Amino acid sequence: MTRNAREVDVLIVGGGPAGLAAGAELAAAGAGRVEILEREQEAGGIPRHCHHGGFGGRLDRSAYAWASANGTAYAQASASGSAYVPGSVSGPAYARRSVAAARDAGAALRTGVTVTGWAGPRTVETTGPSGLERITARAVVLATGARERPRSARLIPGTRPPGVYTTGELQQAVHLYGQRIGTRAVVVGNEPVGHAAAATLRAAGVQVVAMVTDRPAPPVRPRRRRTPLLTGTTVTALTGRSRLSGVALRHDDGRTTTLRCDTVVLTGDFVPDHELARRGGLVLDPGTRGPAYDAAFRTSRPGVFAAGNLLHAVERAGIAAQEGRAVAVPVLHRLAGTEEPPGGGRRLVVDAPLRWIAPNVTGPDGARPQGDRFVLRTARRLTRPLLVVSQGGRRLHSQRLLLPAVPGRPFHLAADWTDRVDPHGAPVRITAR
Amino acid sequence: MNVTLTTAGPLPPEEDGATYDVTVVGAGVVGAAIARELARHDLRTALVDAADDIGSGTSKANTAILHTGFDAVPGSLEARLVREGRDLLAAYAAETGIPVERVGALLVAWDEDQLAELPRLREKAARNGYHASRIIDADRLRTLEPHLGPGALGALEVPDESIICPWTTPLAFATQAVRAGVHLHLNCRVRGVDSDAEGHTLTTSRGPLRTRYLVNAAGLYADEIDRLLGHDVFTVTPRRGQLIVFDKLARDLVGHILLPVPGPAGKGVLVAPTVFGNVLLGPTAEELDDKTATGSTAEGMHLLREKGRRIVPALADEEVTAVYAGLRAATGQEDYRIQEYPGRRYVAVGGIRSTGLTSSMAIGRHVVQLLAAVGLDLTRPRALPPLTMPNLGESFPRPYRSAGLIAQDPAYGTLVCHCEQVTLGEIRDALSATIPPHSLDGLRRRTRARGGRCQGFHCGAAVRALFEEARP
Repeated sequence: MTRNAREVDVLIVGGGPAGLAAGAELAAAGAGRVEILEREQEAGGIPRHCHHGGFGGRLDRSAYAWASANGTAYAQASASGSAYVPGSVSGPAYARRSVAAARDAGAALRTGVTVTGWAGPRTVETTGPSGLERITARAVVLATGARERPRSARLIPGTRPPGVYTTGELQQAVHLYGQRIGTRAVVVGNEPVGHAAAATLRAAGVQVVAMVTDRPAPPVRPRRRRTPLLTGTTVTALTGRSRLSGVALRHDDGRTTTLRCDTVVLTGDFVPDHELARRGGLVLDPGTRGPAYDAAFRTSRPGVFAAGNLLHAVERAGIAAQEGRAVAVPVLHRLAGTEEPPGGGRRLVVDAPLRWIAPNVTGPDGARPQGDRFVLRTARRLTRPLLVVSQGGRRLHSQRLLLPAVPGRPFHLAADWTDRVDPHGAPVRITAR
Repeated sequence: MNVTLTTAGPLPPEEDGATYDVTVVGAGVVGAAIARELARHDLRTALVDAADDIGSGTSKANTAILHTGFDAVPGSLEARLVREGRDLLAAYAAETGIPVERVGALLVAWDEDQLAELPRLREKAARNGYHASRIIDADRLRTLEPHLGPGALGALEVPDESIICPWTTPLAFATQAVRAGVHLHLNCRVRGVDSDAEGHTLTTSRGPLRTRYLVNAAGLYADEIDRLLGHDVFTVTPRRGQLIVFDKLARDLVGHILLPVPGPAGKGVLVAPTVFGNVLLGPTAEELDDKTATGSTAEGMHLLREKGRRIVPALADEEVTAVYAGLRAATGQEDYRIQEYPGRRYVAVGGIRSTGLTSSMAIGRHVVQLLAAVGLDLTRPRALPPLTMPNLGESFPRPYRSAGLIAQDPAYGTLVCHCEQVTLGEIRDALSATIPPHSLDGLRRRTRARGGRCQGFHCGAAVRALFEEARP
């Protein structure tokens, strides 16, 4: 086997919002040879096929704010790296803009190149039309993103006819390939991505029969929707042979029904695309299923960083990009040999019904995460929960949330307790009551 | 190479009144193996199937094991054909590139009764001509399978049990048969049979088909075809087996095919590696009366997950890549029902259950001998043109890692399905192969595209576009 061996300063795996932002920031900051590998033929990630607005808003301001709050020497570089214009654009426009920003800053963006495995701590093997390579980097940033769990992973029983989609496949089919979908669809999931799927279906001329969620009805009914929303309802089977013919449902109170349709879209339930991280032996967080990471985006392997939805599927593109820009700072520290030494690195663990926290390792020397807050998700609705942070029975922090925490949406925990963590103590535990 | 493959429209007219010498009904792994064996003789042979692809019934959804036959009923036809078929298929696989891995099996004893059963199983294996099995203790078992759940007391080790690609095998048989001149007619359901002294006229969904000799290898529908000939000797009862395929990242949890010790309730649920690098859990065993009931059920998946949790607890934390169900063609008799009818120019091949993949080539040979016994004039067999199948096995060279292949054609360096690392070159090859797929599922069985953990989230639309471009 012939592999062309090369070396770069920073290798970024994944050309979505996080990877492109990291590449733009690092290249602009003079990190040397910064290379972004994107396995798709076009870079840009998920926004490429999100034909709806809402991209490029407030969250897309530079990581300058975070960097300057942390007083790093790279704040200047971060701020001057590229001009991010706040506003609301469509996904494809956002993707194009992100690609241009990375290229303009001087990052080498290579599409159609897939990382197929590791050949060393910071060495990857790649496959592309021009052949096989082995690329060694001084720092690696994993930005491999997330995907929705498909029907099989959700263990939905029934037959296996065509007509079953995830939002990702649906959006690509409609917006990138103009493929025919069907006539009547059911959307499973009512998070924002579910509404995006419904919009895509309508754009493709498909009637959306209903949206279905197993979650209970919210206490305040939203205003009348175009599509009926069935809450507290589980999909019990898919039917049909050569084509999907219906979706069998069971409501919490025991009622059952079958909705006639030829298309079903399973939305949400994102899971990090963590194959490369796991194959590399990186420690994963059991909650997020992404690599365990600290406030400096460091994984368990020195010199390997992670950013974006690989860390915590799934947040909006703007947040992924913000993390991509933020990861530049610790990467530059590493390249300069001024990386903060590991500051204890205690694991943060959550108790049910909390699902995960991110970051989930305490940072170097009490460093604070982005925005000075941790992100959390819950498995069930919590009305004004009290979040308690403790270590070995010692309470470090408690905080009452003023708004309910609901599944499918992030909420936050202030980070002003991290300097009280005993770097040699037990894992830090976060509970909600 | 003159290939005859039809999928729609009337069947080709008889040329100058000529009829097929032999027609094989059912293009599953057994029918395809019979057709391939017939292709070695100078005969006009047809292979017909009601579906739009070969191997799309029972053959596509099984446990993908190349059995030693150690636990067959000694002296049965099945025991003999599995033993012979195993050697034939192992050699054929090596020759054609069908992925096979000799991972070995462990029959794990979870209680004292099962432990006491192991010596008897070993004796049974010996009576089946298999002498390499040995009983190992709990410590040795733990060393071999460190992720096994607590409580295992020992095991019977069967080092030669292997895993095989269930999709490439019938495709290889059918491809070789078709290239050697066998006519393949798909979407061709047999609705009636009229027999006379000279042979049979089949009424099919695509018109009449005249044949001198008839082989019924219709799997789940073998009893119905048999009844069309006026027999009433067996009934095929579909026995559903639901299976769960775990992510490739779970592969390191399982080294061997982990079998339960068979008890009164049947063979039970196994955990096995697959040649694609996944882990398989299943099957259930449900007696049904609907021959199309290949759906999965919540109860079935729950049962499997419970069993899986006991056998390899860490599996519970792994992502599920695929869920499927297959139907075994049970006839209420322990043995295969392969029956020749002198004077009727007919051979029925029924009741070929889960061992059919392993025994397929031996069944092919056996059936051709039976055809000769009922009067078919076999000319001297000729060698078939050699065949190399595209490799779908994880442990064998795949195009995405071949610098030489990519240098020749960059399409082999262009990954389309990332979960399964399937390249544009492989998809194009499959779409232009001797027997191309007629559906995305058929393409998946030939290339694995869309068959990985994301099930098309990333590549589904791109693969569909390639398929529709090639097969509008």
